[in-house]
Amino acid sequence: MKKVYADEKWCLGCGLCNVYCRTCHSETNDIVKAHNFEEPRPKSRLHVETGEKVNFALQCRHCDDPKCVTACITGAMQKDPDTGLVTNDTDRCVGCWTCVLACPFGAIVRDEDAGKVAAKCDLCVKSGEPECVKHCPNNALKFEDRE
Amino acid sequence: MKKEGEIRIPSGCAISGILNKNGERINGEDIITSIELMRDRSNGLGGGFAAYGIYPQYEDLYALHIFYDDLVSKASTEDFLNRHFEIETAGKIPTRKKKGIDGEPLIWRYFVLPRRFKLHESELKESEYVARCVFRINGHYEGAYVFSSGKNMGAFKGVGYPEDIGRFFMLETYEAYLWTSHGRFPTNTPGWWGGAHPFTLLNWSVVHNGEISSYDANRRFVEMYGYDCTLQTDTEVITYIFDLLLRKHKLGLKQAVEIMATPFWREIALMSEEDQKKFEAIRAVYSSALINGPFSIILGFEGGMLALNDRIKLRPLVAAEKGDTLYVASEEAAIRVICSEPERVWSPRGGEPIIGLVEGRR
Amino acid sequence: MSLQLGWPDYMVIRDENRCIKCEVCAKQCANEVHKLDSDYDKMMADESKCVNCHRCVALCPTRALKIKVNDLEFKPNANWTGSAIKEIYKQASSGGVLLSGMGNTKPYPVYWDKMLINASQVTNPSIDPLREPMETSVLLGRKPEKLEFDKDGKLKTKMPPQVKLDVPVMFSAMSFGSISKNAHEALARAATDLNIMYNTGEGGLAKEFYQYGPNTIVQIASGRFGVHPEYLNAGAMLEIKIGQGAKPGIGGHLPGEKVGEAVSKARMIPRGSDAISPAPHHDIYSIEDLRQLIYSLKEATNYTKPVSVKIAAVHNSPAIASGIARAGADIIAIDGFRGGTGAAPSRVRDNVGIPIELALAAVDQRLREESIRNDVSLVVGGSIRNSADIVKAIALGADACYIASSALIAVGCHMCQNCYTGKCNWGIATQRDDLVKRLNPDIAYERLMNLITAWKHEIEELLGGMGINAIESLRGNRLMLRGIGLNQKELDILGIQHAGE
Repeated sequence: MKKVYADEKWCLGCGLCNVYCRTCHSETNDIVKAHNFEEPRPKSRLHVETGEKVNFALQCRHCDDPKCVTACITGAMQKDPDTGLVTNDTDRCVGCWTCVLACPFGAIVRDEDAGKVAAKCDLCVKSGEPECVKHCPNNALKFEDRE
Repeated sequence: MKKEGEIRIPSGCAISGILNKNGERINGEDIITSIELMRDRSNGLGGGFAAYGIYPQYEDLYALHIFYDDLVSKASTEDFLNRHFEIETAGKIPTRKKKGIDGEPLIWRYFVLPRRFKLHESELKESEYVARCVFRINGHYEGAYVFSSGKNMGAFKGVGYPEDIGRFFMLETYEAYLWTSHGRFPTNTPGWWGGAHPFTLLNWSVVHNGEISSYDANRRFVEMYGYDCTLQTDTEVITYIFDLLLRKHKLGLKQAVEIMATPFWREIALMSEEDQKKFEAIRAVYSSALINGPFSIILGFEGGMLALNDRIKLRPLVAAEKGDTLYVASEEAAIRVICSEPERVWSPRGGEPIIGLVEGRR
Repeated sequence: MSLQLGWPDYMVIRDENRCIKCEVCAKQCANEVHKLDSDYDKMMADESKCVNCHRCVALCPTRALKIKVNDLEFKPNANWTGSAIKEIYKQASSGGVLLSGMGNTKPYPVYWDKMLINASQVTNPSIDPLREPMETSVLLGRKPEKLEFDKDGKLKTKMPPQVKLDVPVMFSAMSFGSISKNAHEALARAATDLNIMYNTGEGGLAKEFYQYGPNTIVQIASGRFGVHPEYLNAGAMLEIKIGQGAKPGIGGHLPGEKVGEAVSKARMIPRGSDAISPAPHHDIYSIEDLRQLIYSLKEATNYTKPVSVKIAAVHNSPAIASGIARAGADIIAIDGFRGGTGAAPSRVRDNVGIPIELALAAVDQRLREESIRNDVSLVVGGSIRNSADIVKAIALGADACYIASSALIAVGCHMCQNCYTGKCNWGIATQRDDLVKRLNPDIAYERLMNLITAWKHEIEELLGGMGINAIESLRGNRLMLRGIGLNQKELDILGIQHAGE
């Protein structure tokens, strides 16, 4: 399946991926409104690691053998057998955070504002590429099938 | 209005040429008939002819045809001629009155050889010496213009329709193995006799239909080699390029064509490695001698003619053969009017030359 | 001194309603202008550090930022302009030479913009480049006076080495050191795929770039940095750099901070040491010395590569160019006074040299008067900004054009002219790892490809309009140009007529 891969060689750690991820997962779908006015404030589903030398953006790897799915106590976290996408059914999620604990990448965040559910990358492919990939200014994120 | 030489004047035209490959001479009737048919390609502002083999009795002498505005310019020019040449004989070129032809200059003809001590002193080849004298007169003698300077050949030209010019010069009384002619459609000229075509230098004559877009690149190239483009016409610069390539650089007609209508790079890419090298060299060294833009030309020379189109054939050119005679013209009709049943008629492709040579000559 | 007599050159204007405090501006500004104030949860700016490079503006996702020239003014005075006064303040406080990056900013005439191009109407058909072949290739190198063929029409003349360009454009000299490795890589890769040339500048050549050799011009400048036999043979053409349009008569100075591991290796100098190029070549004090260097280089490369000599456009360029042609150079490159640079003393940059248009016209004419124009190729640079400039340069007499500023602008340069600080926010004129990585060579390569491809299309359109289908027929074809708003002297030097004539 096509996944988002970070190329730390070109990641500037600017955080624009975060901005667009949050916007994409907002009610209004407008950068300014999503960040400044929406209550609760939408959550970005990715995390930008920044350091002295190396930066990279991290989001759900949509693992082949997802620990979060195994750990989920309600069956809210599922891997789609056809697309390979790992998603969280927010209606079934009870906010126990087991998935957060189980994820080896730390790619799942708590979205308490949105009703105590786990939030994670859903490969928001609306047109062509996920928002974070589309807006990376330095091609440091690639949306590719590497299998 | 400014005349040729003071301003660059574009023009469209009709051209026609007849060559007898056996060297048999015919009079000027046919060529007049041929160019007359294309009257609507001219506008009465210029016509002319070049004829080869017309002065067998003076075949070793340079025949200088000169226009004079007045007797003053004639006197000063003749003074120059006397200093530089032995004049074997001189006289007015015979003409007849012709309706539509007026305002003609004084038209004189001199059969000459360079003065030996002058030639010796100049350390030049005879042809170069004559060419420089021609440039000298045309560039520095106000009111005088040498319009023909070859051996056993001559140009006849003026302001008017070409057929009228031909009859004005009584061309039916001349016999030549090669005739070329030109009817002119200049877009902006007061009509100056010197500005009519053909343009000649030594034995070269060029008639040309077109307006070349590479003019100034070509002009500035040949000017490096001592040619003064005093007329600022395409025909003049094309003649000089031929003279440079054929006479000074001693190249063959085929090479001249390969330079002036060089193959496209994409055609060169398909050639053998050796030819690729050759054309890369040609396009490197002679890039400024490439004639660009629309043209069809006939180059007349001692012993033959060469007809050529631009690389993408933006001007008409048709050829025909019957027996030993080769015809080329802007329109097929201009050939058929003097040769009703040609054995072969064809339209050469852009950049593909038609070369006709009198047998036994070069 | 705590008293600052001047004030910041720019104003940072932030639309508070649009700012989302994402801090992208703060993370991207190497000059540390922007900062999130956590006490007030507000983005703040220290305008005094701003160089107006627009990195923050370009990356701000909400377009909340504007940088404006500070409109604080001195009392109006046509003589003592604001910049004249501020320069004095600066020098009075620093005691130093004023430095600038990139080209001349003064309002001297730009002659490209005072020349108009011809087109065919009726008497001569224009040619449609989409339907007919249109040739933009040129061959650079020395040309023999004439060719000789044997009786079978085979070429007898042995041709000197030529370099063929698919488009008459080359990327001008920018050393590894003055620009980043990523910028260098983008130029080399684009030159290769466009079948044109890029120029190493005087910074030597890192081994990993040898693969681009067939499209590389290796430069030999007064500092001789990184010059060795392998280097000379690594490219397809050599260039002796005598001068540069932005700073004629001046050497170069790459500060030690920019000389890291890679630059040190390429230049063959110790890490951290200043790389100082002398003003002249100390083995060229006259034209005959130049001849010796030209032939030394030809010997070193076994006469297989053309040698170019690059000079800055100065008053006496025509005579100098003639001397260079006669000294055995195959290509003469002339750099006009609007040419860019990584660093130049401002006074030199803004006051020394002449416009390339005039130098080109004068040199081409002079070489023709001496009947040697066809022997050599003529390349010009010094602010070629678009395809029309190229067409005009070729009509004036150039074989090809050098571009550098245009190429950098294509990959992101915003002409802030602070290259010499080494803090280029666009990752171009810097050696700081965190900044260098901002220029992804894949992206930069593609943008260069796009730019030259676009220019090629435009050149073809302009040529076709003139009824020309091979660019060599435009070279020196000054009838295709007309001046607009020029005086007779300028027209005479350019060798063109005025529009309407």
